[in-house]
Amino acid sequence: MKTKLIPLVILAGMAGQILADPLAFDFKDPKGVNNAVFKLDAPLEAINGSASGISGTITFDPAAPAGTTGKIVVDAKSLTVPNPMMKDHLLGAQWLDVEKNPEITFALKQLKNVATKGNETVAVAEGTFTLKGTSKDLNVPVKLTYLKDKLSQRVPNLKGDLLVVRANFAIKRSDFGINPGAPQDKVSDEIQVTLSLAGAAAQP
Amino acid sequence: MKRLLRWSALVLAIAAVTTWLATGAHRGWTQTEVSVKTLDEVTGLEGITTRPGFMAGVDFLGAALAVAGALAGLSVFFRNPNIPEQTQTLR
Repeated sequence: MKTKLIPLVILAGMAGQILADPLAFDFKDPKGVNNAVFKLDAPLEAINGSASGISGTITFDPAAPAGTTGKIVVDAKSLTVPNPMMKDHLLGAQWLDVEKNPEITFALKQLKNVATKGNETVAVAEGTFTLKGTSKDLNVPVKLTYLKDKLSQRVPNLKGDLLVVRANFAIKRSDFGINPGAPQDKVSDEIQVTLSLAGAAAQP
Repeated sequence: MKRLLRWSALVLAIAAVTTWLATGAHRGWTQTEVSVKTLDEVTGLEGITTRPGFMAGVDFLGAALAVAGALAGLSVFFRNPNIPEQTQTLR
């Protein structure tokens, strides 16, 4: 009797794994590692900065990564550059106008061209990027790394999984109405963005 | 006064160049924040934190040298007190 039940239990477990709900990963990182780096490389001047105020949720199913959806939010006031006057200009009305546009968002609709090898998934994230009140559809190359049961190694009191998201993409500031009249030899029109994010799906 | 202005200009210029070189001879704008990268070993991500830190830029160097030049230029309008005023009388 017992020997007949064991395969059934294994099958039930496999079915449960296959039919498991997608995991919701919270990107409000308690360790403060999550960041977005931006770079404007103009002929006369290179401007580098970063943002740390990142939050949002991504729903990811390790068995079916293509169905990944979610939204990443960057607090626009958390953008910083090393020069204080430049930072004032960056956050001011002529550039990002963070008082009126406090959030920069990427709403992920789906993953395309998905290739998974082990715990790593490489894909193109199709979504809507919103900056300074202007939304554009973007296709962003991303790399997702699913770290099962690794949450406790970062946050000792919690059990669960981690999802690491890395992305590099470029946008044009003129597309988003960010001081389009500014000279491009001093402030590049192209903005290189690098996202380095880790989200946590805690288990009860 | 002439000597004081010239010495002030020289000291200011040397101090500005020394400060610029000592803080890394940064060719961009002056920075008052420094980025520090930390590696998260579990995720492999590099976190970025900022801390207050001064790095003199070309704007700092240029402004200091301009003030030094202005002081040196201003000194031209003052007489050297060690040289008595000479008067010439024509006979």
